[in-house]
Amino acid sequence: MKGVIKDFINGLWNENPIFRLVVGMCPTLAVTTNAINGVAMGLAASFVLVGSNAMISAMRNFISPKIRMPAFVVVIASFVTIVGMVMKAFLPELDRALGIFIPLIVVNCIIMARAEAFASKQPVVNSIADGLGMGLGFTLALVILGSIREILGNGSIFGINLFGASYEPALLLIMPPGAFMALGLLIGLINYLTRKPKDNEEKEGSH
Amino acid sequence: MDAGRLFYIVVSGVLVNNFIMSRFLGICPFLGVSKRVETALSMGIAVTFVMGMASVVTYVVQYALLEPLGLEYLQTIAYILVIATLVQFVEMVIQKTSPTLYQALGIYLPLITTNCAVLGVTLLNMQYQYNLLESLVNGIAGALGFTLAIVLFAAIREQMDFAPIPESMKGFPIALVSAGLMSLAFLGFQGLVK
Repeated sequence: MKGVIKDFINGLWNENPIFRLVVGMCPTLAVTTNAINGVAMGLAASFVLVGSNAMISAMRNFISPKIRMPAFVVVIASFVTIVGMVMKAFLPELDRALGIFIPLIVVNCIIMARAEAFASKQPVVNSIADGLGMGLGFTLALVILGSIREILGNGSIFGINLFGASYEPALLLIMPPGAFMALGLLIGLINYLTRKPKDNEEKEGSH
Repeated sequence: MDAGRLFYIVVSGVLVNNFIMSRFLGICPFLGVSKRVETALSMGIAVTFVMGMASVVTYVVQYALLEPLGLEYLQTIAYILVIATLVQFVEMVIQKTSPTLYQALGIYLPLITTNCAVLGVTLLNMQYQYNLLESLVNGIAGALGFTLAIVLFAAIREQMDFAPIPESMKGFPIALVSAGLMSLAFLGFQGLVK
């Protein structure tokens, strides 16, 4: 049980896919023009992560190593198709806002990486915990970035106006350049805050 | 054939709606394979090749296979399998015909499968309901835009090796901020086509 909790926390913070591993950048930059999109994208990816991790872990003894990649891709693509159909049916507005980034969850590096590095080697329960942790860690990052961009770029959060009509929003933040800069500065800030003194001596090879 | 429309697709794909700078497709290789100009260029060429072919093949799959059989909901699965196969195929062909090019591209070829620009362009082709020629042009134009951005970015990063950068900003953070400045420049193309 302790191991399961550890796997969950690991993805949530220690190995947060966005802030720590810096993978899955495309949807992160593209959909975080506001906080709600961030939540939706994060939860959609979480569902796929948990589903594909569980499925791949359950089948890990039956998939021959030679064909594991195509097998993983088919499993992941199936879950993505489910998410796409559900969103089209019940949340058409969000589906339109996220556009092609829903089908593009298939090629999100986070999901393939967890399948390869974790689910194909670990028991089902741990894989589910890992998927949940990674998914929610991804969601957390998207919500933080989405909130920052929405507050500064639109003067609102989750669609609620914050500053009244006199606020002049910094439009740049919700445009593409703002996405790059906001994420870059955010990761820099997190590095700065969480840096341990001993890290200074280590020669760090950037990613 | 309406040449004006094709020209529009090219300008839009390369500059205005640049895949990296305004559509956010293909960010992973953009950040990962942009440390040297030569490797960035090789990556760009490989991606151009795959994106052009993928546009054509998925067009055929969509209209010759999925739609007649009423299987449109399998789009995502079918496309990703087509792309994965295509990349494998391209890898084998290059290995046989041009060992030099194979050496240069080497490890970057398999990575193209998970490049969202490739799956992205095929999905966009369907969304805009392009015909076969337009799909091909859009695929190649998008890839050229990708190449342009990644090569320019690699040149910037080579210069950055000598700059004094604060410890916390080293690596990804500074790369993202510079990409943001570059994206700002690309924003200037916005008025070119509407």
